[in-house]
Amino acid sequence: MTTTTPQDLIPKTPPNWRKYFSFSTDHKVIGIQYIVTAFFFFLLAGVFAMIMRGELITPEPDLLDRTVYNGLYTMHGTIMLFGWTFPVLSGFANYLVPLMIGARDMAFPRLNAAAFWMIPVVGILFILSFLVPGGPAQSGWWAYPPQSLQNPTGNLINGQFIWLLAVAISGVSSIMGALNIVTTIIRMRAPGMGWFKTPAFVWTVLAAQLIQLYGLPALTAGAVMLLCDLSVGTAFFDPAQGGNPVLFQHFFWFYSHPAVYVMVLPVFGIFSEVFPVYARKPLFGYKIVAVSSLIITGLSGIVWVHHMFASGTPGWMRVVFMASTMLISVPSGIKVFAWVGTIWGGKLRLDTSMLFAMGGLINFVFAGITGIMLSSVPIDIHVNNTYFVVGHFHYVLYGTITFGIYAGIYHWFPKMTGKMYYEGLGKLHFYLTIAGTALNFLPMHPVGLMGMPRRVASYDPEFAFWNVLASLGAFLLGISTIPFLLNMVSSWISGKEAGNNPWRAIGIEWLVSSPPEHENFEEIPIVIAEPYGYGKDEKLTENMG
Amino acid sequence: MTDSTITDKELHLEHEEDNRMWGFSIILLSESVIFLSFFAGYIVYKTTAVNWLPPGVSGLEIREPAINTIILVSSSFVIYIAERFLHKENIWGFRIFWLLTMAMGSYFLYGQAVEWMGLEFGFTSGVFGGVFYLLTGFHGLHVLTGVLLQAIMLIRSFIPGNYAGGEFGVESTSLFWHFVDVIWIVLFVLIYVWQ
Repeated sequence: MTTTTPQDLIPKTPPNWRKYFSFSTDHKVIGIQYIVTAFFFFLLAGVFAMIMRGELITPEPDLLDRTVYNGLYTMHGTIMLFGWTFPVLSGFANYLVPLMIGARDMAFPRLNAAAFWMIPVVGILFILSFLVPGGPAQSGWWAYPPQSLQNPTGNLINGQFIWLLAVAISGVSSIMGALNIVTTIIRMRAPGMGWFKTPAFVWTVLAAQLIQLYGLPALTAGAVMLLCDLSVGTAFFDPAQGGNPVLFQHFFWFYSHPAVYVMVLPVFGIFSEVFPVYARKPLFGYKIVAVSSLIITGLSGIVWVHHMFASGTPGWMRVVFMASTMLISVPSGIKVFAWVGTIWGGKLRLDTSMLFAMGGLINFVFAGITGIMLSSVPIDIHVNNTYFVVGHFHYVLYGTITFGIYAGIYHWFPKMTGKMYYEGLGKLHFYLTIAGTALNFLPMHPVGLMGMPRRVASYDPEFAFWNVLASLGAFLLGISTIPFLLNMVSSWISGKEAGNNPWRAIGIEWLVSSPPEHENFEEIPIVIAEPYGYGKDEKLTENMG
Repeated sequence: MTDSTITDKELHLEHEEDNRMWGFSIILLSESVIFLSFFAGYIVYKTTAVNWLPPGVSGLEIREPAINTIILVSSSFVIYIAERFLHKENIWGFRIFWLLTMAMGSYFLYGQAVEWMGLEFGFTSGVFGGVFYLLTGFHGLHVLTGVLLQAIMLIRSFIPGNYAGGEFGVESTSLFWHFVDVIWIVLFVLIYVWQ
C-alpha cells in the first residue's frame, strides 16, 4: 500500500540530520531523539543479557566473576527500564500526542527538550558506574537494603551511589515529561475533540502519565532515604541500627508496580491504534477501552504488596492484595477482548506492524495468565524469586511491550520519516523476534517451577537443558535486531516516498504531510468524528478531510 | 500571515499562561506525594520502633515550634493580602506585604535553626533522629525556596510594566507558599503534638 494520492502534501523544510543533535523544542524532533537514544540503550542492555546467558549455558560459573554477574543483571534491568522502555515510550508520546490531538506542539516545549537531554546523562552515568572502584550497583534493579547499603570500597562515589543519582535524574525527567504530557492532553485538544473523540493512544498515555505523577514521588522519597543511609549514615533502612528495610520495599513497589502500567498502557494504546487500521474495522468497544485505562491508573495504586508476599507480610494484607491484583486483570482483560473483537471478521492485512501487534497480543495473554497465577499467594510463595517470575515479566516487558513498540515503529515510520520501510526485512525481523522470544522466555517457566532461583551465575546441572534453550533464544533475539537496524537505516536514507497516508488510516496525524511540517498544521483541525470510522464513509475533521 | 493565524497565536499565548498555572499545580500535587510518603514512613517508624527516642532524649520542646507555626500560618494570610494589592494595581501595598511575608518566612527558618542547634541528638541518632531531620530539613528547604522565589518576584516588581501582562510568577509563588504552609501543619501535628 504505497500508492500516493494526488493531494499529498510535500514537506517544505528540507530534512536536516543536525537538528537531532540540537536542543530542539520541536516535539517531533524530541520524539525521534527519545526513540533513537533509547534504542541504543536497548542494544547495550541486550548485550549485557547475552553475556549473562552466555554464562548460564553451563551450570558452573566459568565465564564471569560472580560480582561482575551481579553488576550485569542489575544494570541490564535498570538500563532496560530507565534507558529503553520509559524513554522510547516518552518518544512515542512526544511524537504522536500533539499530532493526534491537533496541537502545534506540547504545552511546554523547552521543558520537553530539557527532559529529553537528561536521558543521555542518565545513560552515561550508568555506563560510567562500570569504571568506579567496586564496579556498578549489584543489588538488582530494585536496590533492596541491606544489600544496597553495602559499600565494600568505602568510597562516597560508588556504584550504588551513581545508580541512585542516575535514577533520581531519570525521575526528574519523567516528572517533567508527565507534567508536560498531562497538561497538553487536557488543555490542548483541537476544537471539537471531546474525550470520546480522542484517540485511544492518547487516553492510554494520559492514564500512564498520571501514574508517574502520583507514583514516582514515593520512589523518590525512598531513594532519598536510601541515599542518606548509604552516604551520611542515617538508620532508615538499616536493621542493625533499628531501621526498617521492608519500608523501602513499600516505597519501591508503590511506584514500581504501577510503573509496569506506565510502560504497558501506551503499548495498549499502540495496539488499539494498529488493529483497526490493519483489520479495516472500528476499534471494538472504543469507549470502554478508553475508560478502562483510567480504571487501571486507579487500581494500579493498590496492588503493590503482591511483590512482597514473602517479605513477612501479614495474612490479612496478603488476602487484600491478592484480591486487588486479580481485580486489575479485569480492565486489562476487557482490552484483550476488545482487540480480539476488532480483529474478528476483519479484512486482515498482515503487514509487519500488524504481525508484531498480534504477536504482542498473544504474548500478553500468556503473560496475563502467569500473572494471575502469581497473584495467588500460595503459588507466589512457591515460585517467589525463581525463574518463573523472570519468565513472566519478560513476557510482559519483551513479549508485550517491546513487540508493541516494534509495531508502533513500523506503523508510524512512514509518518516520521516520509519513507517506506522494506516489508521483507520487516517480516524477517518479526519471525526472528517471535521465535527468539519463545525460545528465550518459555523455558524460564518450567525451570522456575522446578525451583531454579534467579540472579545466580551457577545452578544445579538438572536445569541445564532449559538454560541452553534460553541462551540460544537470547542470541537469536540479539541477531533479530540486525535486520531491524538495516531496514530502518536503509529505508530512512533511500526508501520509497510514503505519502501522507500509506495505510489508509484514520487519524489527524495521517492528514498532514510525512514528515509533518514544523508546528504541524497550517490551520488547527476542527474534529467532528471519532477516529475509528473504518467502513463508514465519514469525514474526521471539518476543515482537513 | 493571514488574520486567522494571528488570532490563533494570541489565543495560544493566553492559553500558555493558563497552562503554566495548570502545570505548576500538577507539580505541587506530585510534590505533595513525596511529603505523604515521608509522613507514612514516620507513622510506620513511630508505631513499630522498639526504641523510638534516642537514649537521653525525653521528647521535643513544643514552645518554639508552636510560635513558628503561628508565624508561618499567619504569613499565608499576609501573602494573600499582598496578592490582592497587586490585583488592585497598588504596587507599593504589594511590595510591603510581600516583604512582610519574606520576613516571616525568614523568621521561621531562623527559629528552625535555633531549635536544631539546641537539640542533643543528630541525624544519625537512630531512626527518630533520621526522620526528624529529614522531615524538618526537607520542609525547611521548601521554605527557603519559597523565600528565594519571593525575593525574585520582589525584584521583578521594580522592572517597569513587568506585571502588566499577568502575574503568573506571583500567583505561583503564593500558591507554593500556601502549600508549604499546609505541609507544615501536618508535620507539626505529627512530630510535635503526637509525641
